[in-house]
Amino acid sequence: MRIKRSIFEDIDWVMVITFAALVLFGWISIYAATYDESHPSIFDLAKNHGKQALWIGLASVIAITILFFDHRFFETFAYLIYGAAVVLLLAVLLIGTEIKGAQSWFVIGSISFQPSEIAKFGTALALAKYLSDEGKRFDQWKTKLYALGIIFFPAALIMLQPDVGSTLVFASLLIVLYRQGLSGWIFGIGFIAAALFVIALYLKQFEWTVSGQLIEGKMVFIVGLTMLAAAILYLLSKRKGSRLVVGGAYAVSLGYFLSVDWLFDKVLKPHHQNRINELLGIVSDPLGAGYNVHQSKIAIGSGGFSGKGFLQGTQTKFHFVPEQSTDFIFCTVGEEWGFIGSFVVISLFVFLLGRIIWNAENQRSAFTRIYGYSVASILFIHVAINIGMAIGLAPVIGIPLPFFSYGGSSLWSFTLLLFTFIKLDSERKYVLR
Amino acid sequence: MNNLENRKIVVITVFVMVGLIFLGRLFVIQVLDDSYGSSADNQALRFVTQYPSRGIVYDRHGKILVQNQAAFDLMVVPRQVEGIDTAAFCGLLDIDVEEFNRRLDKAREYSSYRASIFQKQLTADEYAQIAERLYQFHGFYGQKRSLRIYPDSVAGHVLGYIGEVGAKDIEADSVYKSGDFIGISGLERQYEKVLRGDRGREVLMVDVHNTVQGRYKGGELDIPAHAGTNLITGLDLDLQHYGERLMQNKKGSIVAIEPRTGEVLCLISSPTYDPNLLVGVKRARNYQLLVQNDSLDPLFNRALMAKYPPGSIFKIIQALIALDVGVVNEKTGIACNKALVGCHNHPSAQNLREAIQMSCNPYFHQVYKRLINQGKSSNYFEDSAIGLDAWEKRVKKFGLGQRLALDLPSLKSGSIPDVALYDRIYGARRWAFSTIYSVSIGQGEVEVVPLQMANLAAIIANRGYYVDPHIVKQFDGRLDSSLSYEAHSTNIDAAYFEPVIDAMQRVVDKPGGTARRARIDSLIVCGKTGTAENPHGEDHSVFIAFAPRENPQIAIAVYVENAGFGGTWAAPIASLMIERYIRGSVRDSLKEDRVLEANLLNVERDED
Repeated sequence: MRIKRSIFEDIDWVMVITFAALVLFGWISIYAATYDESHPSIFDLAKNHGKQALWIGLASVIAITILFFDHRFFETFAYLIYGAAVVLLLAVLLIGTEIKGAQSWFVIGSISFQPSEIAKFGTALALAKYLSDEGKRFDQWKTKLYALGIIFFPAALIMLQPDVGSTLVFASLLIVLYRQGLSGWIFGIGFIAAALFVIALYLKQFEWTVSGQLIEGKMVFIVGLTMLAAAILYLLSKRKGSRLVVGGAYAVSLGYFLSVDWLFDKVLKPHHQNRINELLGIVSDPLGAGYNVHQSKIAIGSGGFSGKGFLQGTQTKFHFVPEQSTDFIFCTVGEEWGFIGSFVVISLFVFLLGRIIWNAENQRSAFTRIYGYSVASILFIHVAINIGMAIGLAPVIGIPLPFFSYGGSSLWSFTLLLFTFIKLDSERKYVLR
Repeated sequence: MNNLENRKIVVITVFVMVGLIFLGRLFVIQVLDDSYGSSADNQALRFVTQYPSRGIVYDRHGKILVQNQAAFDLMVVPRQVEGIDTAAFCGLLDIDVEEFNRRLDKAREYSSYRASIFQKQLTADEYAQIAERLYQFHGFYGQKRSLRIYPDSVAGHVLGYIGEVGAKDIEADSVYKSGDFIGISGLERQYEKVLRGDRGREVLMVDVHNTVQGRYKGGELDIPAHAGTNLITGLDLDLQHYGERLMQNKKGSIVAIEPRTGEVLCLISSPTYDPNLLVGVKRARNYQLLVQNDSLDPLFNRALMAKYPPGSIFKIIQALIALDVGVVNEKTGIACNKALVGCHNHPSAQNLREAIQMSCNPYFHQVYKRLINQGKSSNYFEDSAIGLDAWEKRVKKFGLGQRLALDLPSLKSGSIPDVALYDRIYGARRWAFSTIYSVSIGQGEVEVVPLQMANLAAIIANRGYYVDPHIVKQFDGRLDSSLSYEAHSTNIDAAYFEPVIDAMQRVVDKPGGTARRARIDSLIVCGKTGTAENPHGEDHSVFIAFAPRENPQIAIAVYVENAGFGGTWAAPIASLMIERYIRGSVRDSLKEDRVLEANLLNVERDED
């Protein structure tokens, strides 16, 4: 076994530099978004960009501290960290502070943080620890159920706050399970379910009157679906098992399709309903539910190919776009740096995600690999939803853009997630399989 | 395990696909679709037009005839109006809520995002009160405009007025936008492009609360406004003012010209109106009042548009042409044969001077006959046509029968009959001198406008030429240039003017002259009365004159409608004007009072 000469040896500097690039781009975007001529200094602590400088400094301390940890610490204390996170999630439901309708914050003096951030980290560690156990075979139902349970438990607690965005983040960990052997069908079914959901909502708008008979758009779809099922059944007439599967799938689909309205009306909150309607173009209300996205698209769209130039944005700086330094930080990029800036940021993210997966696959340690996949999945869903909502491709869910959005709590938690992986990755040569 | 390891390809592919979908979407909204850019500009940029101040108009001594006063248009961007205290706002503007909603709806109809005028032309004082509290009323802001103000309320007909542009103006010149002002009449219209200046534009950034956040791109896209060019006119404010006072309660006009330069010293059409009435929001209402409710038609510029027969004054032209052609000389005497044409009682003229002085009709009947029938053709009709043709061309040299080059719109040309006209009326070779003889004494088909008569006085004063009469003599401002005006000769030998001028002096000075009321102590006035026949009522009183005889400073024509004989009213008014101009004041206050007190408006009505 080789002896490491320095903790910085074997670190993947490519990931570190990509991380640094994103953080710095984020910082100047916050500066541009909150810039005003009376506080021109980027270090002015009265402004978000000044505070972010402080948060970035602390994030660097966190990053370096992690590198000094023994790599076995994370594997050893994975369940403990997970357990602590779960306790905090329970505690926040009891004694937390409600901000913007969700009881998801601990506020101690001027410091506030969300236990859900710790929970993401803890869940990633616990999942990695559980699945990397040689004794657990993923092809067993029990293992699958336990793994799902590890994900589901904190997610459910966060849902109680309620914080839909953070809850959704946990769903991304299904990608990890997919890598471990979860059938791709799960995603296929999920995709079909989502498609049916959208179709059902979309078809609600349509109805025709044919010879005095009211025909709803929905009916047309049901008839089509039935005919499709009948055709498949006819073609498969010789194989009884297949006929059962097709018949069952048809029945479940139909039932689900018919219950979409009920799910939509009863389960989702009105503001979620509005956002989904807006996203699907069923309702257009640029002054109401659609205001954020409308303004966000204007800001990004007005940037053109090369942008308006640094500090030259008007839509973000002058508050047309809400939450312009947190949830809608991408608008500043789009407006001031144009398509070129958007391209750079998205490329950096995709590159970082790909690099994490690539490095994860190069591990001898299953723990590190699974943890790497968890980190990539969590970062991915944040990026996809955050940028997706800014350009009108995802519903408005308030989750931050990793490394970019203003806020110490989220920046530190992403730093913690990523640098723990960087640390584990740097030890790849010293881990026995 | 290898099998599962390949799933990294699927995962990475998903990441890349999502990235590509996002970039595709971004390419569409950022590069392909322009509408977001304009939406952004509509929201965050406010294009504020910088209106240049309109050029000022000065008189010949540098006194101001028209200048500007600040006013404010209250603008509204309907989209941004929300959550304001409507009642308080209405209180400030002194309107009711219904009116508020009506105006807002109207603005919204035009555009929700663009500013339109909510309240026009608040005075600076009115606006100051509102401006203090404007921050409470999102969506409203003030736009500075300027209004015309006429310090002495004179020369409305010359200066003209401005008004909002119409659809045609906007179509004709893209410089204009709805709500802009344009000169509609007078100098304001004639010199619109000079006076209006160059409009500027400021691009300001506003935030979501419509608060101005500074200049867009540090003012890079701003265009500075350039003030309009000032006009220096040849008008004499004092003389114009004095003339308008003299013409009070009279219908008619006065035009005075500096003979040497052609500068119009005053141009009065009475009744006149206070040009301040046609400024700003009250313009439309006052305009209606002036047009509809005033039978005297104060907006009609008689000095340029009223056509009258020149009457006896035409005899001067007949005399000059006859002398130049050689059909008479200054010693020619002709009996006053009333069988030819009517005349008043006077001894027969022994020479040309007497004929003019006494304004003998038969004398000029004969003079005209000699001009028309020179025996150039043995056919009487053809001879008349040849004679008229030559005569008409000479008359036109006096600026008659054509539009003078005056720098004001709506100028009439009057008419001098020519062969074509009579051929049209009577048929070719079916008319002769005997048909047209009334032209000899300035009746019949001859028509002139007062400006042409003043110009005639200038021609005589100049002994044979005139410079295009003009109001503006110089630009002062961005378009700094002295203007030059063309001189036109009548082609009549200067020597022939002396006997005519002698006669004109006698008209004023001699006991038998027709214009003794035009006499001024120790100032030689040369003039000629005329009585323009008026089929609708009492004749018009006409007088033209210039003074002093040597180095004339002023040439003038005065028309007083329905005031009878030229010597009664037109002559004294002309003399008062001349004295006022040359001496600065009038010594004969009795004469002045008589004119000031006279009300000649009822003459016509008495007959009704």
